[in-house]
Amino acid sequence: MRIAGKGLINRKKPVSFTFDGTVYSGFEGDTLASALLANGVKLMARSFKYHRPRGVLTAGSEEPNALVTIGNGASQDPNVRATVQEIYEGLEARSQNRWPSLAHDVMAVNDLGAPFLGAGFYYKTFMWPKAFWEKLYEPVIRRAAGLGALSGAAVTDKYERAYAHCDVLVIGAGPTGLMAALTAAEAGVDVILAEEDSVLGGRLLSESGEIDGVPARDWAEATVARLQGMANVRIMTRTSVTGAYDGGTYGALERVGHHGVVAADLPKECFWRIAAKRAVLAAGALERPVAFQNNDRPGIMLASAVRSYVNRWNVAPGKAVAVFGNNDSAHDTAADLLAAGVHVSALIDSRPDATTDLPVPFYAGAHVCGSEGRKALEAVSISRASGIDKVQADCLAMSGGWNPTLHLTCHMSGRPDWDEAIAAFVPRAGMVPGMIAAGACNGVFSTAACLGEGAGAALAALDGLGVEAEMPALPAAEARDYRISPLWAVPGKGRAWLDFQNDVSVKDVKQAAVENFRSVEHMKRYTTQGMATDQGKNSNVGALAVLADATGRGIPETGTTTYRPPFQPVAIAAMAAGSEDKGFAPERLTTSHELTVKAGAPMIEAGLWYRPSYFPRSGETTWRQSCDREVMHVRQAVGVADVSTLGKIDIKGPDAGALLDFLYTNMFSTLKVGRVRYGLMLREDGHVMDDGTTARLAEDHFVMTTTTAAAGQVMSHMELITQGVKRKLDVRFTSVTEHWAQFAVAGPKSRELLNGLLDAPIDGESWPFMACGDVSVGGVKARLFRISFSGEQAYELAVPSRYGEALFAELRKRAEGLGGGVYGMEALNVLRIEKGFITHGEIDGRMTAFDIGMQGMMSKKKDFYGKGAAARPGLLDDERPQLVGLKPVGVVKQITAGAHLYKDGAEAVRENDQGYVTSVGFSPEMGSFLGLAFLKGGRARHGETVRMVDAMRGVETTCEVCHPVFLDPEGERARD
Amino acid sequence: MRIACPLCGERDLREFTYKGAALALAYPSEAASAQEWDDYLHNRDNPAGPTRELWYHGSGCTSWLVVTRNTVTHEILAVELAENAEEASA
Ligand SMILES: [Zn+2]
Repeated sequence: MRIAGKGLINRKKPVSFTFDGTVYSGFEGDTLASALLANGVKLMARSFKYHRPRGVLTAGSEEPNALVTIGNGASQDPNVRATVQEIYEGLEARSQNRWPSLAHDVMAVNDLGAPFLGAGFYYKTFMWPKAFWEKLYEPVIRRAAGLGALSGAAVTDKYERAYAHCDVLVIGAGPTGLMAALTAAEAGVDVILAEEDSVLGGRLLSESGEIDGVPARDWAEATVARLQGMANVRIMTRTSVTGAYDGGTYGALERVGHHGVVAADLPKECFWRIAAKRAVLAAGALERPVAFQNNDRPGIMLASAVRSYVNRWNVAPGKAVAVFGNNDSAHDTAADLLAAGVHVSALIDSRPDATTDLPVPFYAGAHVCGSEGRKALEAVSISRASGIDKVQADCLAMSGGWNPTLHLTCHMSGRPDWDEAIAAFVPRAGMVPGMIAAGACNGVFSTAACLGEGAGAALAALDGLGVEAEMPALPAAEARDYRISPLWAVPGKGRAWLDFQNDVSVKDVKQAAVENFRSVEHMKRYTTQGMATDQGKNSNVGALAVLADATGRGIPETGTTTYRPPFQPVAIAAMAAGSEDKGFAPERLTTSHELTVKAGAPMIEAGLWYRPSYFPRSGETTWRQSCDREVMHVRQAVGVADVSTLGKIDIKGPDAGALLDFLYTNMFSTLKVGRVRYGLMLREDGHVMDDGTTARLAEDHFVMTTTTAAAGQVMSHMELITQGVKRKLDVRFTSVTEHWAQFAVAGPKSRELLNGLLDAPIDGESWPFMACGDVSVGGVKARLFRISFSGEQAYELAVPSRYGEALFAELRKRAEGLGGGVYGMEALNVLRIEKGFITHGEIDGRMTAFDIGMQGMMSKKKDFYGKGAAARPGLLDDERPQLVGLKPVGVVKQITAGAHLYKDGAEAVRENDQGYVTSVGFSPEMGSFLGLAFLKGGRARHGETVRMVDAMRGVETTCEVCHPVFLDPEGERARD
Repeated sequence: MRIACPLCGERDLREFTYKGAALALAYPSEAASAQEWDDYLHNRDNPAGPTRELWYHGSGCTSWLVVTRNTVTHEILAVELAENAEEASA
């Protein structure tokens, strides 16, 4: 019910919204919770396990009960806290976890079966028979117990990630945070003030006190105005700091577009990564409930929440409100209710020495021990020495004291200390380097003390930054002592709830202790207390106190569970923002990409690069037809392929040769200028890292090529060698992969093609196999390498990238004119398999030079990286897998990559494994599948037949083991 | 986590990649014994406390850095360029 008063709602701007299809009206400034209460709606949700009717418990982000689903379809958000959701015109909210409706939920029968559903129920009941768990129990339980559901559709809303830096991050904008931000900002440092609420002020927005002689809320407004006027202050509202990480890094979630349409280009949420040199934690404190029988009835809420609804939103949460507590918060609440004209039916204080001047029925040394009502509170039972009184109340405001919101101080393995005086945990100093806790989150509760701590923390932060500043004059404010007498659970029968969100009662925690789950971490997992989306913000300390009592220990000895990020639920979509699709894997495109796609070539990924599989021609219906044709183009005429994706590293300096000698197993310093050599590179452990060719363009100038996949790895490897291992080398190198577009021109007609294109013709004698040098193409200086990955007479022609597309078009036209054409990765793969050339299919990180038959390339004349490790006996064993070729000789004429090899006639079991197939291609020239494989001691087994079994694809055949070079073993074609 | 690269200044963790113990700098000579190779390749201390590690500033200046870091507190005690770091200590 809306009442008079000067709250933070704009009565001139009514807002209509729906809840479960019913249209309601609220005001700008309302949350969904305050607007529903104003409309008399108290039943907002059903509980997780027992489907008990629940209303709102809090007025903040810690809300365990009032979870709703907002929106529809792909942008549907489940488990939104009604206390956080601001209303806007057209907002659609729905209740969750009920069927067919919130008022009539058939699953509420779970509540009747409650004695059977207590702590450890799942563990005990559904253990047997085992198969029933997955097929029957789990699906049924999941349907019955649950929260809101996802839509199942891919997210269409925009989410964003962003980064911010500051000198001082102030977390929370209550009195402490405002004072801290102001003090730091006046010293001239960069300040970020992050506040999860939409309005700054924290508890000041909900309390009736004064600061410096004006209403506290006005002081907050004036202070915020000052901060807004300062260029070195950035205020972030609706932003929850969710985690504290190493090096002053903080995660924060900003709710950008959850309160209606803000702007079309803004995201729904933004996940911030804030790097702060210093931080002041001013997160405040959370009031805790008291456990008593049926303390979860709609209408029962925290005393601080009642004050918020009355003072901030001008909503009376009931017509007759009872107030119950163990500290002065209860008295403040009763006073505020009376001031707002709301009837207070009883004030119950568990402290026997408590007094009051308020004109209300007062019960000192008494407890609320029960509640009555159907779907909403109707009366409370009050127990005192003389007996039990029943008092009519449709709302109960309860306060069990306050817990400092110290979560962030524990995110880096910190543990809090127990403070007996306030019956709460307080942060230990220095648990997060650079972060200082101040005010209520530090266990200091009066407004005056909070203002002082805020300023003091800012000074300490400034001191850490080397900035001198003086303590500002502190505004005058309430400086009352906090008096509390611990009260966790009121004795009595029935279920007294601790964890509202996961339906965990005092009895459950006691049961856990009886069954010897005495460690707080065990109790938590056994009862599920604190494991819901609210992470037990309302219940952790209470449950711990009950466990401590049940096990006869003190609270500090019992200890706390671990506080982990995120402090508030964060949608995966927000954390992953920017990392989907191309954000996850950016595309690297060659200069020929557009023409290639236009030619209809299906593209495949090679690392981040995209390369063509094959170039289909009309009449070809399968990829194999295209591939076979492209292979024969190269073998019989001429083929052209873009090989620009190979890594290219330009190396210069007097010691360039010496560097290459150390990097490669074979010698490069002896390579003549104008020549290319194939090289093999090892890791420090003696296994092959990469291979490729390196050309010597001048005495002190080489250009190295790496495989496409290992380009980055080789680059950082070279950096490590030159910076860490061989530091004295006078050499510089840089990646030039993107600078050059490079094309393979391969086949018996390759020279003919080039001679029609180059400005000056070449011949076989002046350009022998493995020659390199500068050439000119249409006046453009280009590089020509006579190298071959196909075994044919072949060249690679490189031009600066800006000419790549034009050159590709020209090469393609000329190749087609000579009866050839462009070829893709499939053909390239067949061509190299026919020649036994390796790729990372073979050098997969587990292979040595010996394994791949290149032991001859390991120079005996010099040291090279990995040499010592490669000489270890285990790496030279004759029984190691060795590279061989395979030809199918069985009935099935197919070889499949990944298939395993066994001795002919041996059973295909792991113990008999002899090796496996790494690469397979169909050779049109030989009319057969060919395979490369690793076989135990394979080099000595040429001619043997082995059994090949592909258990995955169900293919089995017999293969003949042969030399891995199937075609032109003497290499005559390449030298032609 | 943030690392203060001597060349680039303080940067976010994600600009760097981790290699392992700074032992990698103490590359054995060709004549090293099998035991020396074993120690170099495989044997690592696992201290609860300061440890020297190699990090690569691949998204920055491409420097290899020796980072002295406390494995318990994650505090970074020192960062130096690998090319200036002492070779034989781990
Ligand atoms: Zn750097």
